[in-house]
Amino acid sequence: MTEPSETTVDSLVPIFFMGKRYDVPASLTIQKALEYAGYQHIRGCGCRGGVCGACGTVFRIPDSYKLQVGLACQTVVQPGMHLMILPFYPGNRSVFDIEEMKGTGGELAALYPEIFKCIGCNACSQGCPMDIDVMHYMAQAIRGDVAGVAETSFDCIMCGLCASRCPAEEVQFNVAILARRLNARHKTIRAKHLEERVTEINSGKFEEPLRDLMNKSMEELKELYKVREAEPQMAEEDWTPVDARYV
Amino acid sequence: MPYPESLKKLIEKVVATRPARVERKKKGEEFPALKLEEREPVLRNFHPDFIEGTRREIKVGPSKGYAISNEIVDLLEAKSRVNPYLINLLDPDFETDVLIIGAGGAGTAAALLAAENGAKVTIATKLRHGDANTMMAEGGIQAADKVGKDSPYYHYLDILGGGHFVNDPELVYTMVNNAPDALRWLEGLGTSFSKYEDGKMKTMHGGGTCRKRMHYAADITGAEIMKTIRDEARNHEDMINVIEFSPAVEIALDDQGRCAGAVLYNLETAEYHFVKAKAVIIATGGSGRLHIQNFMTTNHYGATADGIVMAYRAGVPISFLHTVQYHPTGVVFPEQAEGILITEKFRGAGANVLNIHGEQFVYEREPRDVEAACIIRECNPKGRGNGVPTPTGKFGVWLDSPMIDMLRGEGTVRKEFPGKHILYRRFGIDISKEPMLIHPTLHYQNGGLDINSKCETKVPGLYAAGEVSGGVHGENRLMGNSLLDVIVFGRIAGTHGSTWLKPRSRSPAKAGSRVAWQLSYHQLKLVADGESAEVD
Repeated sequence: MTEPSETTVDSLVPIFFMGKRYDVPASLTIQKALEYAGYQHIRGCGCRGGVCGACGTVFRIPDSYKLQVGLACQTVVQPGMHLMILPFYPGNRSVFDIEEMKGTGGELAALYPEIFKCIGCNACSQGCPMDIDVMHYMAQAIRGDVAGVAETSFDCIMCGLCASRCPAEEVQFNVAILARRLNARHKTIRAKHLEERVTEINSGKFEEPLRDLMNKSMEELKELYKVREAEPQMAEEDWTPVDARYV
Repeated sequence: MPYPESLKKLIEKVVATRPARVERKKKGEEFPALKLEEREPVLRNFHPDFIEGTRREIKVGPSKGYAISNEIVDLLEAKSRVNPYLINLLDPDFETDVLIIGAGGAGTAAALLAAENGAKVTIATKLRHGDANTMMAEGGIQAADKVGKDSPYYHYLDILGGGHFVNDPELVYTMVNNAPDALRWLEGLGTSFSKYEDGKMKTMHGGGTCRKRMHYAADITGAEIMKTIRDEARNHEDMINVIEFSPAVEIALDDQGRCAGAVLYNLETAEYHFVKAKAVIIATGGSGRLHIQNFMTTNHYGATADGIVMAYRAGVPISFLHTVQYHPTGVVFPEQAEGILITEKFRGAGANVLNIHGEQFVYEREPRDVEAACIIRECNPKGRGNGVPTPTGKFGVWLDSPMIDMLRGEGTVRKEFPGKHILYRRFGIDISKEPMLIHPTLHYQNGGLDINSKCETKVPGLYAAGEVSGGVHGENRLMGNSLLDVIVFGRIAGTHGSTWLKPRSRSPAKAGSRVAWQLSYHQLKLVADGESAEVD
């Protein structure tokens, strides 16, 4: 496993990148195929794992009039495909102060009034590489359902492919992150235990035990480490340890 | 591609042992974990860190004589791409209060705190804002905040145990004590953590934790955090200027040896720009894309050790770089997804790790280095030779994700691991029904630049935060402490980096200033001439 991966025997298929033909192994993703062809990616390449949204790609395959989109790092090449990577897609974004907001649907509409222009064509959902029902969350945004937009759009990687397909010129991904942030900040109950624990730490509750640990020898630390009590994996949330001196 | 027939046949063995394994798990019966003294021989024989000939001593610079991975030494000893005589430090292209190099979690957190302190911030990044390993971190973020069952005391102990007890105590203290506040900050910015109805955060175990303190946002925790803080930075465009596709290539020092800014390289116009700054924060992340020992990696395309090299040339020592973290579970099939991280949360949720016979051979929540070494031992023909062969001639072991639905209810895998469920579905594999084939993959740079608990380096005015720094994780980082590291120390670097410029009126850089590169150039030249490298 420490050896570089062997190139497998693989039939070559033609692809056309920005109109120019390259013959590449049929099993590769678009991203790897372009590297195989000799490209060094500067734009249009990021996490290589389908979560960062850097490599949105638009393509057509022979004998189909359809314009298709996908992520270059996740889409396997198809014979004869013509493609172009869209490493950046312009999208307007409204500035807001999350502290001052309340998390109402009206706030979505105030910052992005164009949501009402949505014509419900569903091109956004069809183009989404994360299989998000984009049109559905745009409808939720129009209804002012902040929590709904947040839930539906949770997996959004902000690649912009939805916006690239939108005849109503929406910027769906920015509406979505606004809704997710509003929902998490204002429509979800804050964690009381965090507040409590921060107060405890600031009052110096753990100062002495921690300073004590910091001064221990490696052998003493190993002993404490070995005997520390473990919360069982299947334990319920209300589990408490026997030794409660340091909690 | 879906599993071929040969692998489907082997999966039958996993299916055959599954009901009994689920029963044992339900009863709390676990495969026995290795004792502390049993870990050592497995690591020594099978962990890649111990392979002969993969490390060498650095010939020059502040940590001369320290033996680390050849791939990093090559860069530390290399000549710069910049000709310092062509960079005019008296005529900066940009001026800013705080220059942040790197736009991932640490850099963005630093930017928000520095801007809050009234500093003008410039972020320079090689790719786009948010193109970083933070975006790819899946499993979670640790914080000991469950009052009544956990505390910074136990978090500290777990970190030390994972890091082989050699971690920097002050840094660990700082991280565990600031963890709950870091979470509270993220929550306040509108990060969608997975919560119960009453607002209590859901937490799970990770490898090496004694309490469930892994907070998460499904299986895309890092992406959720990165998207949120990046969005917040975009609310402060008057204070935070982001320059994308412009990696910093060298640090500049002023006539008094203080950090004075950095030289950027515009990838698109091929121009060099000098950014003059009162403080510089290095937040460039790790080095997985150096493919150390030719390992596949989970890392982002941009993780190439840039910050380590720049700061080292400017005089910052390094430590803990002799160990590299291999994540136990990376995709080894299908080939298109090779190297991609399969979060430890799968094991935290109960999935067993199994060999070709469908049998357990390791407790699934060992610290990462131990877990990885045990899997390599199982796959390695010189070890136990029980690996599952892939169509491309590699070996892996099974991670039995369908168990999770049996333990926690139908639909759990789809709901708790949406990112991976979609990834595999694209290849025709349903991971709630079929196990995943995995192998350890290069994941994390355990060490890095020496910093103190204020993120200061040895060079005045030069700060570092996140994976580029070293010490807090010792020789091995635990799951969930990297996202924590970038947020806690990113915030600290932003705070201290922006206050350092306030108290005194600092004299501007003038004649005598230099691009830090000159120092290492002369050292290398002397080495090449057969003389001692001791200059300065």
